[in-house]
Amino acid sequence: MKSILQLIILLPLFLFSQKEIKGLVMEQNSNNERVPLLGANVFWLNTTLGTMTADDGTFTVPYDTSYKKLVISYIGFRTDTLLIETPKSIFHVLKASDDLGEVTVSVRKKSSATSFLSSQNITTISSKELLKAACCNLSESFETNPSIDVNFTDAISGTKQIRMLGLTSPYILITTENIPSIRGASQAYGLSFVPGTWVESIQITKGAGSVINGFESIAGQINAELVKPTTDNKIFINAYGSLNGRTELNTHFNTQLSDKLSTGLYIHADNRSQKFDRNNDSFLDMPLANQINIMNRWQYVNLQKGLISFLNVRYLNDEKQAGQLSFDPKTDRLSTSVWGSEIDTKRFEISGKFGYVNPDIPYRSLGIQVAYSAHDQDSYFGTNQYDINHKSMYSNMVYNTIISDSRHKIKTGLNATYDRYNELVNSQVYNRNERSVGGFFEYSFDNLDALNLTAGVRIDHHNLLGTFFTPRLHARYTPWEKSAFRVSFGRGKRAANIFTENQKLFATSRQINVQSSGGTIYGLDPEIAWNYGVSFLQGFNLFGRKADLTLDFYGTNFENQVVVDYENPYEVSFYNLEGASYANSFQAEFSWNLMDYLDLKTAYKFYDVKTQYASGKLEKPLTSQHRYFANLSYEAHSEKGEGVWKFDATFNWLGKQRFSSTEISPQAYQLPMYSPSISTLNLQVTKVFSEAFEIYLGAENITNVTQKSPILSSENPFGPNFDTTFVYGPIFGSTFYTGLRYKLN
Amino acid sequence: MKTILLTITLLFVGTLTYGQNKNAKASVEVDGVCMMCKKRIEKASFKTKGVKSAVWNVDTHELKLFFDENKTSVAQIEANLAAAGHDTKSFVASDKAYEALHPCCKYREAAVIEDHK
Repeated sequence: MKSILQLIILLPLFLFSQKEIKGLVMEQNSNNERVPLLGANVFWLNTTLGTMTADDGTFTVPYDTSYKKLVISYIGFRTDTLLIETPKSIFHVLKASDDLGEVTVSVRKKSSATSFLSSQNITTISSKELLKAACCNLSESFETNPSIDVNFTDAISGTKQIRMLGLTSPYILITTENIPSIRGASQAYGLSFVPGTWVESIQITKGAGSVINGFESIAGQINAELVKPTTDNKIFINAYGSLNGRTELNTHFNTQLSDKLSTGLYIHADNRSQKFDRNNDSFLDMPLANQINIMNRWQYVNLQKGLISFLNVRYLNDEKQAGQLSFDPKTDRLSTSVWGSEIDTKRFEISGKFGYVNPDIPYRSLGIQVAYSAHDQDSYFGTNQYDINHKSMYSNMVYNTIISDSRHKIKTGLNATYDRYNELVNSQVYNRNERSVGGFFEYSFDNLDALNLTAGVRIDHHNLLGTFFTPRLHARYTPWEKSAFRVSFGRGKRAANIFTENQKLFATSRQINVQSSGGTIYGLDPEIAWNYGVSFLQGFNLFGRKADLTLDFYGTNFENQVVVDYENPYEVSFYNLEGASYANSFQAEFSWNLMDYLDLKTAYKFYDVKTQYASGKLEKPLTSQHRYFANLSYEAHSEKGEGVWKFDATFNWLGKQRFSSTEISPQAYQLPMYSPSISTLNLQVTKVFSEAFEIYLGAENITNVTQKSPILSSENPFGPNFDTTFVYGPIFGSTFYTGLRYKLN
Repeated sequence: MKTILLTITLLFVGTLTYGQNKNAKASVEVDGVCMMCKKRIEKASFKTKGVKSAVWNVDTHELKLFFDENKTSVAQIEANLAAAGHDTKSFVASDKAYEALHPCCKYREAAVIEDHK
């Protein structure tokens, strides 16, 4: 019995043993030694005949003259196919597939890119793009990106405001690492409180956005990822100096305390103490400023257990002084002879993140975020006083899992927020507490090919906004190669912080007129808007070079809005919308790799932003209908990144912008209906000396375009026509800056 | 004979007890060359009912699988991959399935492999 069984088992061997091939498979290990590889697959292509190598790396496979291609493979190694002409013994060495030592990666990644795959219309700005404009904080980071407009808000504070889809920043959800951060009291100046060197990358999502981070976003979402202790340089130093009197110093120190725990200390300081009045209107062209900003991050990573955790502590102190040249805050505070302004801000923040991914089931994860901030601003503008204190708590818990398989993902969770506002507007006190709890559910489907979509809904209970649903939908379809067609729609709801969002009104002689309707926020109703959009992206080759064309159309319709009405030059009024208010935007963006290392990005934008004011349906003031943007960047190539030159030029053209009505002002203080169009050009050159050291030199507004008299009635700042809000272009004119970056790893 | 029967029974018992894992993990080597292959391999994996997650690495050729052992097996998944035109350790795609692949994905040809390096 036994012998028969043995015979049956061995029979095939005997049959084929007349023709067989013997061989040896080895691997080249990291020490460049060759060692026998056990368990490698050896089989004839297009057959089921094969074997595995033994302990000593040897193998024997049957052979027939019809077999030509012998495949040798092993996980983690490059599969090789050998052409066998004659039956001889084989010796083969497999190479590890991650052994890319000899391969030079010559494809340059674009510094900003719109995703072809995501259901949302997301543009990612990498840290490389952020270096294109060396200066200086988050609000200036967008100057080389056409999706976001950066405008001056007024002629006093030097603050820049961003806009997206024709809407100002309060309608954009701005998060740092997905925790809402620039909101409430930090809305006006918050972007300038995030130093540029702290930012690792920025994601810009056009349209309603995800339901996970809350119900407030209307035009879109901007998320800034900050540098992390484990991936940032061990030491980083950046010094900057500009002829406009601004100096800056950024230092990063990162250390690894154990294999799981790392920490980083990031310090930013900037200062401007030189007074400039180039346009001779007796007012400073830019405020004097002083900022110290410190952040400490802790990062805990335990990959075996699937744990990732962050703890952030941050403190900021910012002081600005603006107004007339001769103003001395010690003696002239709130005086009626010399006009001056001071804005002092202190902010403390602590936030924690905790993430758990089950190492055995990686598609299930849990994330928890908790944040607390205390923001305190004391300020006065001439004789107007404005103080705001805002304490905020935010907590969010997200659970990720799949339904049936990973093409169907769900995210669900809860969040709770608490906001406490104490404001002083001249002698009037406004106190407000906001509490909300909400739950959300988001489903995303990806067929791994042409279609994916994300549909989310959340329900929130808010003590002032009531109980409400927030639906949002994003979908992407790829009809043919290198294309993406997207649609989105969603609802947003928010409480307008009328004073802090419109702080420029304090630097005028206008009367503040809040037309209460008995609503819950300053007597006004919450703002509600629907946003919808379609977008098309096509990648193609133009004269053999990569090019992308993006066409975006987005519309926002307000169901209710708190209208900010500047149409009477002696007043600024706030009232609930009666009638229509909408913002439609169209953007055509074209980027093209002109030559090796030379990239062009150009965009045209059209905005139609109109609101029903008490005096009629009008275009939103200081928003140009037509805009044109172009950026040309060149980066020379070298093997080790040494001795490289980088050049960058950014051109912006803005069409005419409507001034709010000055019809009833005396002749001398009347403005035309529209501002002239303007164009600006910025240049920057960077010389990389080594991986550790580089120097940059730049020119802002090199053609010296300025708005001649940005302040109305500057000769009589306490008169009834004093106004600093009619700003459509640069005030300072051209300026040059230089700086250095030093990295040590 | 009794022992044989017992062994066979025990073998089945073993399979059943271990077969309960709803989130079984497996790693399979699948031949392919590009991102199009990746799409095809992952889609083919999901064709098998019970597969929860499938991620293929274009460099290592490793397909990481999570699946419900009650519903399917590695062999079943591999068979479906071979049907889609991709060779695995234990299954080789038929010529017909292989020929149906996009020209850029012909992973058995040296020239195509060279192109993707």
